[in-house]
Amino acid sequence: MLTKRIIPCLDIQEGRTVKGINFLDLRDAGDPVELAAYYSQQGADELVFLDITATVEKRKTLVDLVTKVAREINIPFTVGGGISSEEDVQALLQAGADKVSVNSAAVKDPELINRLAGRFGSQCIVVAIDSKHYEGQHKVHTHGGRKPTELNTMEWAQEVQDRGAGEILLTSMDHDGTKSGFANQLTAQLAARLTIPIIASGGGGNAAHFKEVFTAGGADAALAASIFHFKEVAIPHLKSELQASNIPMRI
Amino acid sequence: MKVAVVKYNAGNIQSVIYALQRLGVEPQYTDAPEEIISADKVIFPGQGEASSAMRYLKDRGMDKVLSQLSQPFLGICIGLQLMCAHSEEGDTQCLGIFDLQVKRFKAERQNQKIPHMGWNSMQCRDNSLLQGLQDPYLYYVHSYYAEVGPQTIGTTEYIVPFSGALNRDNYYAVQAHPEKSSSQGQRILTNFLKL
Repeated sequence: MLTKRIIPCLDIQEGRTVKGINFLDLRDAGDPVELAAYYSQQGADELVFLDITATVEKRKTLVDLVTKVAREINIPFTVGGGISSEEDVQALLQAGADKVSVNSAAVKDPELINRLAGRFGSQCIVVAIDSKHYEGQHKVHTHGGRKPTELNTMEWAQEVQDRGAGEILLTSMDHDGTKSGFANQLTAQLAARLTIPIIASGGGGNAAHFKEVFTAGGADAALAASIFHFKEVAIPHLKSELQASNIPMRI
Repeated sequence: MKVAVVKYNAGNIQSVIYALQRLGVEPQYTDAPEEIISADKVIFPGQGEASSAMRYLKDRGMDKVLSQLSQPFLGICIGLQLMCAHSEEGDTQCLGIFDLQVKRFKAERQNQKIPHMGWNSMQCRDNSLLQGLQDPYLYYVHSYYAEVGPQTIGTTEYIVPFSGALNRDNYYAVQAHPEKSSSQGQRILTNFLKL
């Protein structure tokens, strides 16, 4: 049986792991390669590396980081942050990334999704959507959540699927950093409408929250950062609790 | 031991090379027929699109080389699919090592997502490639699958049962990514290197 995935997210700035509350107040939470190996050992199903400063400060260190991580760990990982061209994607996949996620660049140039999916295959193209409730609607935000767009989250999600995205990483900016639960309603709406897997992100604080997003939210995977980095939630414990609640898990 | 990793226009080759290096093997990544023919073991990895992959192989005469080898050969993911007779992806004639059709998953109800992405268990038959593994959880990411046939040695179920692993003579294949499937995937690679 296909299991639900637990995904620690490592937000990267200048080669170090950071995690901000609502993306603003950044704190250093360790060395990414060491953390990656640790999470792999703990039973994480996948890892996501997001270079959260990428669209503001350009840097070339991500490929080096991907190389180091790929050498060390034997679970899949996705890399995102400032990816805007086929060349970027080529370099990251060649360095050993399993998937790449695009966000701002896809909003700016939606055709990019078609080109990437056509060249590398849908299965390695994740589109990250940062969504925030704004004037009564869920609106897509870009640039690490700093820039609102006119795009409606549901419509954009449908469009990226139609253009060839293989997976959606949905981050609720309203829930991110709150540890009060995922955006289950929005996730469920997307899950009902789309045919590609959805990773829910933002708000996970305890095992009950993960259970809710897998059941009520219909998510295929759930992602969190600081609760894992600061060991507030241990992955083996989380997975065994979820399995005990009849959520299929790889133990 | 000389291990050749077949070079073609597929992504995610580096992960396979790293996985072999972790097992103490320094593979040769090559599309030179003589290197592949003289290797002790051949790995045919990949992630990509079937028709462009087959075109790359045919342009270099590699299709004939790959289907006439006698040493242990392991196809991974799209490697498995290219070893079948035909793929619906790009309506592609493949290598024909396994007489099987590769089809696209079709959701039968809501919440059956495509691609099949994530960790799934595989029911294993007794085979040296799968020695020591009991319904292993392996990492999959694919939208196309090979049907189950007489050469199926591992069956995985997603929407339909499909070939998770295949074997005919010296030819072996797995649909999951052993290089990304933690310790159980590593066991498959170790078993293969011992063949």
